[in-house]
This record gives sequence, structure tokens and C-alpha cells, in this order.
Amino acid sequence: MSALLDLIPSLLGGLWVTVQLTLGGALLACILAWLGGLGKRSGFWPVRWVAIAYIEVFRGTSALVQLFWFFYGLPLFGIHLAPMWAGILVLGLNIGAYGAEIVRGGIQSIDKGQSEACTALNLTPFQQFRFVLLPQALVRILPPAGNLLIELLKTTALVSLITLSDLTFKGMILRAETLRTAEIFALLLLIYFGLAQLLAFLVRRIELRLKRGWHMEGTS
Amino acid sequence: MTFDWAFAWSIMPQLLWALRITILATFLGMGLATVLGLVWVLLRRSPWRIVAWTAHYAVEFIRSTPILVQIYFLFYMMPEFGLRLSPMVAGVLALGIHYSAYLAEVYRAGIESIPKGQWEAARALNLNPVQTWQRIILPQAFPPIIPVMGNYLVAMFKDTPMLSAITVLELLQTAKIIGSESFRYLEPLTIVGALFLLLSLLAAQAVRWVERRFDLKELNV
Repeated sequence: MSALLDLIPSLLGGLWVTVQLTLGGALLACILAWLGGLGKRSGFWPVRWVAIAYIEVFRGTSALVQLFWFFYGLPLFGIHLAPMWAGILVLGLNIGAYGAEIVRGGIQSIDKGQSEACTALNLTPFQQFRFVLLPQALVRILPPAGNLLIELLKTTALVSLITLSDLTFKGMILRAETLRTAEIFALLLLIYFGLAQLLAFLVRRIELRLKRGWHMEGTS
Repeated sequence: MTFDWAFAWSIMPQLLWALRITILATFLGMGLATVLGLVWVLLRRSPWRIVAWTAHYAVEFIRSTPILVQIYFLFYMMPEFGLRLSPMVAGVLALGIHYSAYLAEVYRAGIESIPKGQWEAARALNLNPVQTWQRIILPQAFPPIIPVMGNYLVAMFKDTPMLSAITVLELLQTAKIIGSESFRYLEPLTIVGALFLLLSLLAAQAVRWVERRFDLKELNV
């Protein structure tokens, strides 16, 4: 065990990069998921088309290909992104496109009678969204969004291929230096597993918090 | 810098050739995942608690760690056990193992969707376990699983570029090689993206078609 512990300090810098990428990517993905999910339901066709194009393109091409395209392709147009920003941008765009479908599904799952009731009660569209739609949609969106957050964490490992020194990258360097392949990979996998469990735990906590005062799950 | 169509056209044959490797890796990986997923489900239903528990956590572990690290693990670790894997074999193994954990969940959901009464009826009719699985459970559990498996096939297809990290000459690796030789990355990478988009949209359409077909059948019965 002590053999594993002495490797940890050299990995910590990478762990921090991985955490930054996960948080930054999650924030961007969250914004894009709502824009995309709501945009796809828009009554105004240009907005709907842009949303659909965004979702299909980023879900349909591979995350790694997107990463390379942004990293190697964009400089040719004179746009130079630091690896960290390219990483956050691609992670956010990629995961956001999957998130948009979750948001759309969550909103769609709410019974149409509710929006009719809101109209009957004379609620403004904002009130309807904020007080009727959102609280119910969130409870449905959160569990799949939690799974997606773990997908995001796993996808951050790809940035090691565009020379960003995240956990995986540091692990590979350490492997080349020390040749302690088994221990390093075991440690890497354990750290990712621990992070994923932590994220899952946090999402469950938020889920319970949101459901407070709810008596029936899934039906109301 | 603009997109050079003549150059794009000239590298097309090379990329289409590499697409074969991508597709081959996808199908081999999926074949492995399909079988291995079943093994996980059976282990998780084992009457021995320790076996069921170990399988449960193994699946959880495989699912929540990055596939890229798993690819490295197989590729660099196996030689230490005296088993040198070619990049392609290591890649296919990693894809298969990673997705088997997802498929195990899918199978489990399919099996759990069968009402308890079906099991009881099978027992009441004195069917043995093999007959119960073969005649009662699997025929009902399987159809709803097919579209989900299709979605995972597409997901795996989109994960194959990761094999470039261990130098498998699939689509992305070929594009990178073209890029480094010609100093033009835009065209090969854009073509690779377009090929992925095209094929996954087609596959998604096929999955939807299958879904509709099965719904139709269920309605007719």
C-alpha cells in the first residue's frame, strides 16, 4: 500500500486538472443542455433547427474527433485555443448535446394538462416554467444527468491526447519514468472510480433534497 | 486557410480503407460485449452472495472508469503477465469489456421487466430452469433490449477513435498520420467527423426503424 501512496503526490497536479475540466465542462454542458433542450421545443423554426443541428452534430461525431478538430483544426482558421479551453469547450459541447436530449425528455414527460391548467389559472409563461414545469422536470432530469456527469468525468481522460496534463497524462508520464505500470494504472482507475462515486453521491443528495415534500415518485 | 476540396478528395480512399478497421473493431467489440454482458448477469444472479457481490462491483467499477485508461491498462499491463497483445486485440478487448458492463445493466433491466407471475407460471407448469429461460423469459426479455443494444453499438463505434492512442490504424489515427505528413489537419479531421456523423445518423435511423417494427408486432399480437 505504501508503494501506492508514494505515487500520489506526482499525480495530484493531474487530479486538479481533471477536476477543473469536469467542473468547467459540467457548467458549460449544463447551459448548453438547457439551451439545446428548450431550443428544440421552440416554436420559432430557426431556433429549433440550430438546436437540432447542434445536438445531432455533437452526438453523432466522436468526442475524441471533436477534440482533435478543435485542437488541430481551429488554429488553421487563426483561432488558437489553449489546450485547457479547448478541453472544456469540447467536453461542454459534447456532453451538453446529450444533456439537451435529457432536458427535452424531462420537459416532454410532463403532462400536457398541466400547461392547460396553467393557462386556465392565468399564469404567465415565466411563472408556468418556474413554478410548475421546472420543479417537476428537474426531478426527472437529475438521475440521467447524474449518469451523464460521470460520463463527462470519464471523457476528461481524452484530453491527455491533446497534451493536457490531466490525471491520465500524469499517469502515463509517471509510467514512463518509473515503469511501475501495474501500480500506476491500478491507482489511476481507483482515483477515477472514487471521483465517480463521489459525484454519484452528490447527485443523489441533491435528488433527495429536490424530492423533499414529494410523496409519490414518478407519478405526480 | 480554406478547405481544400481537391486534397480532401485525394485522401478519401485512404480514409475509407481505415473505416474498415473502425467498423471491424466495433463489431468485434460488440460481439465480445454481448457475450460478456450475459456472463455478468449470470454471475450477478448467482446464489453465492460473494460471487454476486463481486460481479456487481466489478461491473460498477468498469462502468465508472475511463475506457481510455482501460485500453492503456490492457495494452501495457498484459505484457507484464507474459501476454503480448497486438494493439487491435487489446483495443477490441477493452471496448468489449467496457461495454459488457453497460450491456449487463441492459440485460438485467430486460429480465426484471418480466412480471413475477411468468416465473411462477413456469414453475407451476413444472418447467425446468433451462425451459423457463429458453421458452418463457428470454423470448419476452429480448425484443425490448434490441434497440438499446443498437444505441450501445453506435456509442461503441464513436469510442473506437480512442484506439488511436495505442496506434491502431483506424480512422482517426489515419487522419492524424495524413495530417502530420501533409501539415493539413483540417481536411482529414473534418472528413472523419463527417463519416462518423453520417454513419451514426444512419445507425440511429435503423434503430428507430427496428423500434417501430417491434412495436407494430406487439400491437398485432
